[in-house]
Amino acid sequence: MSNLSEKSLLRFTTTGSVDDGKSTLIGRLLYETNCIFEDQYAAIEKTSQKRGNEETDLALLLDGLSAEREQGITIDVAYRYFATEKRKFIIADTPGHEQYTRNMVTGASTADLAIILIDARNGVLTQSKRHGFLVSLLQIPHLVVAVNKMDLVDYAQDAYEEIVQTYTQFSEKLDIHDITFIPVSALKGDNIVSRSNHMPWYNGHTLLHILEHVHVSADKNLIDFRFPVQYVIRPHLDFRGFAGQIASGTVRIGEEVAVLPSGKMSQVKSIETFDGELTEAFAGQSIALTLSDEVDVSRGDMIVRTNNLPQVGNHFEAMLCWMDEREMSRSGYYLIKHTTQLIKAFITRVVYKIDVNTLHRDKAGTFALNEIGRVEIKTARPLLFDTYKQNHTTGSFILIDPETNHTVAAGMIRGVQRTVNDVAQKSGAEARKSPNVSWEKQSLTCSKWEQRNGHKAAVLWFTGLSGSGKSTIARKVMEKLFDQGCQVALLDGDNIRHGLCGDLGFSGKDRSENIRRVGEVAKLFYEQGNLVICTFISPFQKDRQFVKSLLPNDRFIEIYVKCDLSVCVRRDTKGLYKKAQDGQIPEFTGISSPYEEPQKSDITVETDIMSVDQSLESIISFLSEHNLLS
Amino acid sequence: MQSYRQKHLRELEAESIHIMREVVAEFKNPVMLYSVGKDSSVMVRLAQKAFYPGSFPFPLMHIDTGYKFPEMYEFRDSFVEKLGARLIVERNEKWIEKKAHPSLLGNDRCCQYLKTQGLIEALNKHSFDAAFGGARREEEKSRAKERVFSVRDEFGQWDPKKQRPELWNLYNATIHEGESVRVFPISNWTEVDIWEYIKEEEIPVVPLYFAKERKVVNRQGILIPLYSYEQVDPSGKQPVEDKDIETVMCRFRSLGCIPCTGAVKSQAQTIDSLIEEVVEAKKSERENRLIDLTSDSSMEQKKREGYF
Repeated sequence: MSNLSEKSLLRFTTTGSVDDGKSTLIGRLLYETNCIFEDQYAAIEKTSQKRGNEETDLALLLDGLSAEREQGITIDVAYRYFATEKRKFIIADTPGHEQYTRNMVTGASTADLAIILIDARNGVLTQSKRHGFLVSLLQIPHLVVAVNKMDLVDYAQDAYEEIVQTYTQFSEKLDIHDITFIPVSALKGDNIVSRSNHMPWYNGHTLLHILEHVHVSADKNLIDFRFPVQYVIRPHLDFRGFAGQIASGTVRIGEEVAVLPSGKMSQVKSIETFDGELTEAFAGQSIALTLSDEVDVSRGDMIVRTNNLPQVGNHFEAMLCWMDEREMSRSGYYLIKHTTQLIKAFITRVVYKIDVNTLHRDKAGTFALNEIGRVEIKTARPLLFDTYKQNHTTGSFILIDPETNHTVAAGMIRGVQRTVNDVAQKSGAEARKSPNVSWEKQSLTCSKWEQRNGHKAAVLWFTGLSGSGKSTIARKVMEKLFDQGCQVALLDGDNIRHGLCGDLGFSGKDRSENIRRVGEVAKLFYEQGNLVICTFISPFQKDRQFVKSLLPNDRFIEIYVKCDLSVCVRRDTKGLYKKAQDGQIPEFTGISSPYEEPQKSDITVETDIMSVDQSLESIISFLSEHNLLS
Repeated sequence: MQSYRQKHLRELEAESIHIMREVVAEFKNPVMLYSVGKDSSVMVRLAQKAFYPGSFPFPLMHIDTGYKFPEMYEFRDSFVEKLGARLIVERNEKWIEKKAHPSLLGNDRCCQYLKTQGLIEALNKHSFDAAFGGARREEEKSRAKERVFSVRDEFGQWDPKKQRPELWNLYNATIHEGESVRVFPISNWTEVDIWEYIKEEEIPVVPLYFAKERKVVNRQGILIPLYSYEQVDPSGKQPVEDKDIETVMCRFRSLGCIPCTGAVKSQAQTIDSLIEEVVEAKKSERENRLIDLTSDSSMEQKKREGYF
């Protein structure tokens, strides 16, 4: 027997219209993986015979409530379980009719994968498009379109291909990155668990094969550490454990953390579990953290890394799905439950309503049951959030009607709506965010690049005076890494100023803007798996800090190329010091503009006493020691 | 390299712990219903983990019908004592005195009085506003649609049409005065998961779950242990004759009241062989529970009335 406890878990949702054969498909999966019991099977066999069906109707296994059995339909989300040698599966089986959009949204909220059924005879109908839209809205990472009832179209390739083409075209408009099509017959069992003999033209995998092998680890956000505090454990006066489930990212003992909203800083002292202390914990684990300092922490607070912060605000935009029979009220307040916070909230504006069938945006003043659209929300206290795209846990919320206590809406945060005024008054990274621009999620995540490249992605930031030897050493480092087969990119100060930053001068403000642009570019390269080598004088601590804040903690390597000013002046490789001393170049770093030395650089190479090769060696060995090259 | 993906049991565990902490943080007076069975044993372990290094901040409550197996009472008392937890035992004395029994009242009514009514009265008596239960969605088809947080009105009744949608890991814990919530932290666990976890965590369970040679009375395929036969048939309508008695290797797959729980043939004397048997099982877990078999919707009906 295989070791059951070594399985991974896949949660998926199935949706299709009343007659698409969804229940039959699930029944087939359960039946063929031996997850239907004899007594259950006997019961449905009896019912099938009573109804005069030729074949045992596997769909009958799934009709839970008597109201559903009477009407022969699924009304509510039902959860099903089955397991194979490789995985355990949790199915959220949801009805497909428009009237039950809320149930589809519910089932989709926890899914790693969605199966949409399309009846091969009918082609792509409006409802199949609606289902695709919901997959995109809820950001389910993987979509499988099962073209069902192939037996009823004589297993014709044309019929299948036409659906594939139409649906592919449609899905290009959506935010879906992984889509697979399979021709199946749930009733006859074609391509569900075993390959069909009827469709030799199909070379792809069976449905079960896809479910067993789809790669879901990369979907997890392991970058941004977010720890919403659920509960404080205080067994005695000397112990205060902050209990919660890590929403995203990882955390290690000794790491610098901040408690929000208070902003108090401390270090992680221990990661406690019943099974012993951990040195590191990651997204999804339920743990308790203790901190080195006596910091006031309570439920609703969030513990994060000091250099990777969520947004903080009490006014934001969200996509909202209305789930209550009573339509949205614009006069009263609702309760918003977001992470571990429960506070009052107003819907201040309905931006538009989406026609889920045509994807048209219509003007609306309110939402009724099953309607979806974009709204602005104001909360009584600030929330600590990310966009839903970046983080499903810190980007999602529900609304509760305080009068009925019903859960009336599900929301996905899009971001903060800003006016020109808001931006003009602020500085730093926050102000730069352009309104109405949403981040295009990469289907190839950084970790996928890293896996292929066989090394980590990181930004190697060379800072130092002009003439200190940044470019010389950086080029050596680049060549060395290139020879080792690494994927590298170089951003050089002079080259950048020829093009991307050609409009900027050397005032403090322009220098900051220069570094900001470079930082953003470096981040894009980083996200595509590169070791990004940046050589910039970057004289100001705050600018270097800004770039660091764009990246995960251990992926920004600050390399201080240290050289005494007098040596730089003597070298004067570009003749710039002479010009500066002659007053021809204003605000020249070291002469007429300050250079703020790094306080805690990761690597310092002193080029006035070390050779180029020695510098190179110390940098490469640092990278190896920190496992960046493996 | 460090793997950042949890195996399925750890993922289920983390989810259950999250649910328990939410309940303790958001309700005034929670309780954990303790039925002495395997699912209860697992729930208790999860509660220990959720509040470690503290102890879990709620009592256990057993709704006793007086019809449990002697092994169950014995196990309960020693288990709770070792745990150092507070145990409340509540019984519907009025009906126990009246000798409520399935053979007199029928299965459904007996359950209604001894279990459902007993539970509702106990919850009211102690003003519990949230009660953890060990029901799992896999067990029975009407449970497949049960929420993790299931709101009950002041009569403990469940209305499937008024269930609140549950999204992501956000649970709506708001209730009106007089209402209460049944919380099912192990909703997503299957029978196999439960046993795998018991094995991995070395959690003690009642020995009745394991096969041994037992003298049984075979009544329509349901194996009733001889020593409890009197409780199954107190009226003596079907007296036991020697030819009815067999000695078989058998075990109990789920545990309830003696009159409604039969044994199943089994060779599973160790946890490993037990797991193998459950994986290979061709019958559903509640096959030996007479209460579920009375009608096609019998479980749904009981739940509407306030049963677990």
